[in-house]
Amino acid sequence: MSHHIVDFIDTYFTYPDQTQAVKGITLCISHGESVAIVGANGAGKSSLLKLLTGICLPTKGEIRIGETPVTKKTLPIIRQKIGFTFQDPDDQLFMTTVYDDVAFGPRNYGIGEPEVEKRVMKALETVGAVHLKDRAPYKLSGGEKRAAAIAAVLSMEPDILVMDEPSAALDPRARRRLINLLRSFMHTKIVATHDLDMVLETCDRTIVLKEGKVVCDGSSTTILANEELLEQCGLEKPLALQNCPRCGAKKE
Amino acid sequence: MIIMTNIMESLYNIRILDELAEKRTVIHNIHPLIKLLTTIAYVIITVSFGKYELSNLLPLLFYPIVIITLAEIPVIPILKRILVVLPFIIGIGVFNPLFDPEPMLVFLGLQISGGWVSFLSIIIKGFLTLLAALILISTTGMTWIASALRLLRIPRLFVLQLLLTYRYISVIMEEAGRTWNAYMLRAPGQQGVSFKISGPLAGQLLMRTYDRAQRVYQAMSLRGFIGEYNPGEVKKVTVKDCLFLGGWVAFFSVCRYINLPALIGSVVTGVMT
Repeated sequence: MSHHIVDFIDTYFTYPDQTQAVKGITLCISHGESVAIVGANGAGKSSLLKLLTGICLPTKGEIRIGETPVTKKTLPIIRQKIGFTFQDPDDQLFMTTVYDDVAFGPRNYGIGEPEVEKRVMKALETVGAVHLKDRAPYKLSGGEKRAAAIAAVLSMEPDILVMDEPSAALDPRARRRLINLLRSFMHTKIVATHDLDMVLETCDRTIVLKEGKVVCDGSSTTILANEELLEQCGLEKPLALQNCPRCGAKKE
Repeated sequence: MIIMTNIMESLYNIRILDELAEKRTVIHNIHPLIKLLTTIAYVIITVSFGKYELSNLLPLLFYPIVIITLAEIPVIPILKRILVVLPFIIGIGVFNPLFDPEPMLVFLGLQISGGWVSFLSIIIKGFLTLLAALILISTTGMTWIASALRLLRIPRLFVLQLLLTYRYISVIMEEAGRTWNAYMLRAPGQQGVSFKISGPLAGQLLMRTYDRAQRVYQAMSLRGFIGEYNPGEVKKVTVKDCLFLGGWVAFFSVCRYINLPALIGSVVTGVMT
């Protein structure tokens, strides 16, 4: 299953204003892995995701999805394999109804209407949003918008799911639903987030970024328990691993 | 805050057209291309009337009335939109009464000049054509109009421009709403934005909407958008659609070449005598 492997090979990226966002990142994510990319604000998480989806192209180095390098020419193939959800679902939902929005991707790939309908309904069922299909996206609540945005990428049946801050601005119940949803996905998952508790529940592997470089890469449970490392990178131990906030009693 | 509510209200108003287009009525079910062609025919016939032909124009009002009724479109929001454009139409014809003072007809003992008649004809024509365009948008939706334009072989670039400009309006309005909110919350008691701040504020707004539009575009291209929007399965033109187009074009032609009000008037007076 080498075709779902994500490979960053000594990748550099500098924004037009000369901000160096990614400085020599090399990493490999294999098929079916669930990986969290964590780091303080400005550590390079979003830039890394932009590079992966080809929104930005590296100034040096190479990114490969399976056998295909991410270049301008290969973007249509790459983008069919990757489903990317934006930090702000409003950026992603631009059609007049949820149904049309979820159908947008498949229709662009020239899939016939009966198949589009099947895919849309399946994606909406997966995220539990069938009842929203005829609603206008801008009238939905934050959690519903997030669900619709996820359905909109699922309908393209991507191999790799890439999410930027999926739990941001969600209420606890919507966040819980999202976590359960993420756990049920068998895709390769790459999630950039500050929500370390969610990482603990959904991702086996964590990559910590600092100033555009990989500081640490390994199992989530080990990394997220390393208080010193997290502190250095502007992060904090997940609540689930902290001592009792009231009596200070240690976790079992 | 008043301005703020106005912006949000306009935003809501813009979207009302999209929402109306989602209805399912007899008119909504007609093929987008047919509706587009009917509207084009209507607009051409309406503007083709001479500048002094007032009474001939009136039967054309029949078309919007029938469509509005059948499509269950609320009249007030549509009329409000026409009001927004009305000052421009008035601006076009406002000097006609000055340039053309020749008396033309007598109405209730008052002499009316040709200028006034042509001014009124411009307003009526503007009203009718705008009404037809708004009816088309609210019964068809912008995306389907765009697909109909593509069927007419209008270049992809122009259609895309139209579609994205339409989308950009709501993006700019949302950003403007947020900016106003942030400004007004920290500038209590001000009626509007102070002159000094308005420059940077407008600049900010432009940059922000640009960024936002960029992200929306990225989201579109990530989902395979390469410049051709596909709104779903395009229906086939049916006999019913053709009858719709044929019927209306015939009616418009009758309105154009036969002075219906005069004809009806003479028939009625003929019967009376």
